[in-house]
Amino acid sequence: MKIETKEAAYVAHLARLEFQDDEMGRFTAQMNDILLYMEKLNEVDTTGIAPLTSAVAITNAFREDVVHNSLNYDLAVANAPEVRENCFIVPKVVE
Amino acid sequence: MELFRLTIHELQSLLRAGTVTATDVVGDMYRRIDAVEGSVHAYITLTREAAFAQAEAADNLIKQGNLKELTGIPLALKDILCTQGERTTCGSRMLNNFVPPYDATVVERLRQAGAIFTGKTNMDEFAMGSSNETSYFGATANPWDLTRIPGGSSGGSAAAVAADMCAAALGSDTGGSIRQPAALCGVVGMKPTYGRVSRFGLIAFASSLDQIGPFTKDVEDCAILMNAIAGHDPRESTSATVEVPDYRQFLLGGVEGWTIGIPKEYFIAGIDPEVEASVQEAIATFERLGARCLPISLPHTEYCLAVYYIIAPAEASSNLARYDGVKYGFRTDTYRDLLDMYKKTRSEGFGPEVKRRIMLGTYVLSAGYYDAYYKKASQVRGLIKRDFDEAFRKCDVILTPTSPTPAFRLGEKTDDPMQMYLSDIFTISANLAGIPGLSIPCGFTTDGLPIGLQLLAGHFDEGKLLQMASAYEKSAPQEKRRPQL
Repeated sequence: MKIETKEAAYVAHLARLEFQDDEMGRFTAQMNDILLYMEKLNEVDTTGIAPLTSAVAITNAFREDVVHNSLNYDLAVANAPEVRENCFIVPKVVE
Repeated sequence: MELFRLTIHELQSLLRAGTVTATDVVGDMYRRIDAVEGSVHAYITLTREAAFAQAEAADNLIKQGNLKELTGIPLALKDILCTQGERTTCGSRMLNNFVPPYDATVVERLRQAGAIFTGKTNMDEFAMGSSNETSYFGATANPWDLTRIPGGSSGGSAAAVAADMCAAALGSDTGGSIRQPAALCGVVGMKPTYGRVSRFGLIAFASSLDQIGPFTKDVEDCAILMNAIAGHDPRESTSATVEVPDYRQFLLGGVEGWTIGIPKEYFIAGIDPEVEASVQEAIATFERLGARCLPISLPHTEYCLAVYYIIAPAEASSNLARYDGVKYGFRTDTYRDLLDMYKKTRSEGFGPEVKRRIMLGTYVLSAGYYDAYYKKASQVRGLIKRDFDEAFRKCDVILTPTSPTPAFRLGEKTDDPMQMYLSDIFTISANLAGIPGLSIPCGFTTDGLPIGLQLLAGHFDEGKLLQMASAYEKSAPQEKRRPQL
């Protein structure tokens, strides 16, 4: 076992997810299968190999700092679950 | 005439000659969709009203002699591409009611070229899957055998093209999501070079791997759609500034004198014997056409899947953090506080496969594991790319099977994620290395299921893929079969 249910529960918290107990057990087992498969990578000697994060050479994509049209307020909030006066409404976070 | 069966270029000739109108074409297409959609379920949303309005506008332009490249051509869009004013779900409950305020760049370009959109096609939820079975809206069936999967994640686009429910379609490919369903549904599918097609307005899964590409009935149509969608986009910072050729120029050249690399790692135990036999036949065809087939090695092939299932979930867990029930998308009904709202919204809004990948990605990026998983995988990714760089010094293109098996049965692999992941074993490497790949039909199994051939080339060498696929299409002794629906 790479991870126990307790550790999986902590990862779920980090990911802002929650699971029922039986679901958590099944998920943990499947994650262990997958993580076990990934151990294969330990066979590869990667000493001195630079990590590749993009397969195509990319440099900073600069552009002139000019103002372009952007979404207006109505459109920007049109899909929000709760809106008041063009603002997103969230549960109270400060007592 | 059955207009729905025609390719883009065939429809273009009829529309140009005035033999048919765009309204005829669209009307015929929806009659076809109405007849077979009930059994295939290729679409999540049909945009019928808008399509007929677009057809009327197209007919007015045609009357004025003002035809553009795709005027009057009915295309389908994978429901991961934002369409202004038309619901875009990404196959998820999370975006069930999401209506984008803007078009993806590819959608904008197709509109400007005159295309008509039939609807938004079904897909695995957030493009995570190889069978279309993780869609919140139910699975799509393979038009060749309705008890089988169409492949995924762009299964709806592949099935819609195979079942003649659109002239052609767009999909997206993160680990094979265009090429694998193209192979399993018997159509042409291409994943362009990373950066070749703008990802602006493509709902993000794994940003260093995602790429948009066409599904078409033949190679010429693939070139036509690439002409329409490729090219630099200032709104997308990874979009390449490399010049775009006219892809149609490649349709006439042959493969005489070309060297085709055959990597031994792609002909392994576990590959279906009928798939292998078809691919070997295709190799013989290319030799007959004057190409030289050279055995090569891509030594890190066996690590591609493990690398992919670290990098893709890592990027996904970060990309999908935006679904928080605040700005857009689903929000749970009852909650105690903000944290509870986040957790319930995400747990109710995402399906099991998406949650599994978010969990995996969060784990491999979490403190103490980053070096062992993400960094290690990124280093091996460097070695995988180096394998291809070295191979392309010896050969023009690489030829492999697209998928190790033909379409499997609905439900066959849903309980075993590892088995499902293995169906992408031949397609993942191209995403990791950023190179273009094309799948073209190369025959059928004795059960009548399509088999696909994968061609891979170096960065920005889409033209070579089209040239080779076109030469094959013209010369291969293939019967023109259609799924019986």
